[in-house]
Amino acid sequence: MTRARINGAAVPYLPRGVRLHDDRVRGIRVLLAPERVIQLDPVGHAILSELDGKRSLAEVILTLCTRYEAPPEQIEGDVQDFLRDLMDRRMVFLDGEAGRPA
Amino acid sequence: MRDDPAPRDIDGNPVRVGLPMAMLAELTHRCPLACPYCSNPVELTRASAELKAAEWADVFRQAADLGVLQVHLSGGEPASRRDLAEIAAAARDAGLYVNLITSGIGLTEARLRELDGAVDHVQLSLQGIDAEMADWISGYGGSFARKMQVAEWVRAIGFPLTLNAVVHRQNLDRLPEMIELAEQLGCRRIEVATVQFHGWADLNRRPLMPTQAQATRAREVVDEARRRLQGRMVIDYVPADHLAAFPKSCMGGWGSTGLNVAPDGTVLPCHAAQTIKGLAFENVRDVPLARIWHDGAAFNAFRGTGWMPEPCASCERREIDFGGCRCQAMALAGDARATDPVCSRSALHARLRAAAEAEAASDSTVLVYRRMTREKRG
Repeated sequence: MTRARINGAAVPYLPRGVRLHDDRVRGIRVLLAPERVIQLDPVGHAILSELDGKRSLAEVILTLCTRYEAPPEQIEGDVQDFLRDLMDRRMVFLDGEAGRPA
Repeated sequence: MRDDPAPRDIDGNPVRVGLPMAMLAELTHRCPLACPYCSNPVELTRASAELKAAEWADVFRQAADLGVLQVHLSGGEPASRRDLAEIAAAARDAGLYVNLITSGIGLTEARLRELDGAVDHVQLSLQGIDAEMADWISGYGGSFARKMQVAEWVRAIGFPLTLNAVVHRQNLDRLPEMIELAEQLGCRRIEVATVQFHGWADLNRRPLMPTQAQATRAREVVDEARRRLQGRMVIDYVPADHLAAFPKSCMGGWGSTGLNVAPDGTVLPCHAAQTIKGLAFENVRDVPLARIWHDGAAFNAFRGTGWMPEPCASCERREIDFGGCRCQAMALAGDARATDPVCSRSALHARLRAAAEAEAASDSTVLVYRRMTREKRG
């Protein structure tokens, strides 16, 4: 991972063409994207479920800390790594990037 | 209850059956373009034999129940179906992720707007970097200009766009410009796929076979572009088969994650599977999709590894690439069980490679275009 940390004030979101899906046949949650299906573990699913395109990364982390009663340092590290990987794969955008729907 | 619940491969070994993830729906074999590497079979299906929109809707529901998550609406050119919007909406209503694979020809802004809300992602084919190359390869004057117009509409509506560049000896040197074009069009992804030499492409080996130098250079171009574009655009690259040391894992393993429904409803483990003699394929008009997937002899034929002869049977890569492509083994070795001759461990590899090098050294630019015969045009 070579990318810089995501700024806490940035607003991450799932762009058009990337969405969460309940795979009822296999009993799992997946992320559907162009030519890709990614199986999500409970942590990944919890993170992506919080991305509403309105709240900042810092707010999302705070929400997750409260919900899972975990220290912010730990949650922040998990969220940063997870989201940066998906950003490299063009499955998570930050507000202000090209492709933001009007 | 069925009589014979234990699925077996072509040699009678028991196999384990998983669930399919993706379905290629070939809505029609009709296409205004005539690309000389088309993946459709050389024997094309008539329009009159195509599944109706209501039949596709039923197939999509069956596919979703079976575990399919993504459907790729393809052809031929899917826009050659006047009822494309109805078909796409049915796929969405079945709960599938809908990917439209198109040349752009036949789409208008109004037709694209009809697809808004049903189609998740658009994949636009690219035959060349300018009108001269693209119109020559596609055999269709004006195709390049039309495509660029379609890309504009796609962007205006907001569909995510992937450019799908098929590369070969005639256009591989222009790869850097293809990647630039994808950037300019605002693509999230570009797929750079070297021609697979089956079907129509097999008739065009001499004009299309890339050289070793081109393949080496393309790898460098892709690696450099991936570094430069990290976080901006994803590059998926399918290198030249004949110049690699090991074969590709075709379809991620026969009958493991994908299936293909042909225009007339024939269900195939891959789009070229009908070239394998001796396999019988069932039709979704006659047999439920789940039964074809789980019990169909053609799907079970090459599942697992039990059917493999040596050198595949004891190879440490047998569950990585599954011995490569069965159709290519059939075409080149005359036996669908054989090691794909593109594998460096195949006894036929040296001969295949020498042939590819001779083809790549040809200066032929004579293309055999994909055409329906008159009586098949329907």
